[in-house]
Amino acid sequence: MQAAHRANDATPWLREVPDAFPMSPDATAPLEIDTDLASTWLTAFLRDEVGRRRGFDRVVVGLSGGVDSSLTAALAVAALGSEAVQGFLLPYRTSSDASREHALLCADRFGIATREIEITDAVDGYLEQFEPEAGGHRRGNVAARQRMIILFDQAFKLGALPLGTGNKSERLLGYYTWHADDSPPINPLGDLFKTQVWALARAVGVPEAIVGKPATADLIHGQTDEGDLGISYPEADLVLHHLLRGVTPSRLANAGFDAAKVEIVVGRLERTHWKRHLPTVAMLSATAIGEWYLRPVDY
Amino acid sequence: MTAHVTIAQFRPTKGNIEQTLDDMIQALVSASAADPGADLVVFPETALTGYFLEGGVREVARPAAEVFAEVTARYGAASSETVDVAFGFYELDAGHVYNAAMYARLGPDPELIHVQRKVFLPTYGVFQEERFVESGAGIRAFDGGHGRTAMLICEDAFHSISGTLAALDGATTILVLSASPARGAAPGAGVPGNLARWDLLGSGLASEHGIHVVVSQLVGFEGGKGFAGGSAAYSPRGERLVAGPLWDEALLTVQLEPREIADARTEEPLFADLERSWTRLLVNSPGAGVGRPAPDDRGDAP
Repeated sequence: MQAAHRANDATPWLREVPDAFPMSPDATAPLEIDTDLASTWLTAFLRDEVGRRRGFDRVVVGLSGGVDSSLTAALAVAALGSEAVQGFLLPYRTSSDASREHALLCADRFGIATREIEITDAVDGYLEQFEPEAGGHRRGNVAARQRMIILFDQAFKLGALPLGTGNKSERLLGYYTWHADDSPPINPLGDLFKTQVWALARAVGVPEAIVGKPATADLIHGQTDEGDLGISYPEADLVLHHLLRGVTPSRLANAGFDAAKVEIVVGRLERTHWKRHLPTVAMLSATAIGEWYLRPVDY
Repeated sequence: MTAHVTIAQFRPTKGNIEQTLDDMIQALVSASAADPGADLVVFPETALTGYFLEGGVREVARPAAEVFAEVTARYGAASSETVDVAFGFYELDAGHVYNAAMYARLGPDPELIHVQRKVFLPTYGVFQEERFVESGAGIRAFDGGHGRTAMLICEDAFHSISGTLAALDGATTILVLSASPARGAAPGAGVPGNLARWDLLGSGLASEHGIHVVVSQLVGFEGGKGFAGGSAAYSPRGERLVAGPLWDEALLTVQLEPREIADARTEEPLFADLERSWTRLLVNSPGAGVGRPAPDDRGDAP
């Protein structure tokens, strides 16, 4: 067995016991992952959850041209074969040409068949006719939900399962549309921070043009995730890592983290717990589903 | 006599006892084919049903005698070879539900030899065992096919007192039946972090008492939580004798040499030191008498 972490390289007689990580804004080692292990882990996950547990042999993935959907598609191909993966390009009239090019680049790299279904008429059929004053936030939500309408319908048509592509960072920051991006029944990336998605994507061969570009929801020209959030993903991921392990914001500030940026992360995290749950249901009985009547998803 | 043990790193069909029983019998037959001398096959924790069942445990829990009868009948239809088997199941007994392990002899002269109930029920993080099952009363060794044997179920092995009690009851082989959800993908070990810890635990348990340790791990994903496999066995010196693959089922054959127990205990007589000091320790240690009463007769022996 090899050393668990860095310092053990100098102390081979302690190879079996991992070193504690220091807590500092510069200590990014806690976010490092064994990409070979993660890749085999997630392909095993997809084989089990898609095939053995649910009895499907095909999946559909919405290809946005971004790193999350590209990595999801790559893992699905590794798990199920390229023939079993159908990509969908679902552009709106304001979507960038680069998004389309990168989605096709991903499909070509991993040998995935694609179909393009523009959502403009469907989205504008509602917005332009009934809600022309709607701002970007609302338009983004409508587009995201329209994409899921199509993805689920196409999955039904093809006898396939839709795969989710949301990562842990955006889930924790609430940076997604509720019951849209998060709605597919199986998601291989939901416990990987964005920086870990980047590392794994590079390891499995997602083209650098996709991995290296700024992450964007592509709703407004020039928009980026990190611009919207006010913090970079590497910064946010490290703060989230520590917060989820019980470290308080004041302790992070004392360790040299930027207090204002910690506050951005804490604020988004605490305001969006609801997004990570199913709808709140009024309980009237001692057999309330999910409260008293407790059954796992696969039983 | 050398013990021929097969670790059945096994993937149940969740909640489907009929199908899983068929698969277990097939694994037993395959184990005999792979090692004609195989005399013990060790399946993981909750091999009969899968692990994460929440409130469903009461629907799949069965009396030990009923499970034994079912396994005996099915094995009898498939083979006439005598083989011992250890496997995990949810046990129903007098209105109580336990996470349990059965050790039985199958073949022409079948015998239910021992049932061990899990004592330490993990109830943190992804685990909710205390919500759904009750705790076993104690840890006991029994006479297996190759001498005194004990079974520990998953978290039981995380508490060094469990192995200590089993060894003091004479166990020279400890079977650990585990369902350990994979977590931790840090660079270095090449395996999920929990398996790296299991490696330390198994080796440490073996070398502390100079005993053989066999760890059988569950395989398969349940609601996104992955049981990664990585079963292993350890010599009385703490050396790893065999290691199972990740993410797939496997039958791992390993031969346990009883002579190595005496060799290890002679080289490093930690167990003799323990035996000599145990009673004095109990008498003089504050808190030794606090807690649950000793196992009663309703306890873990069938």
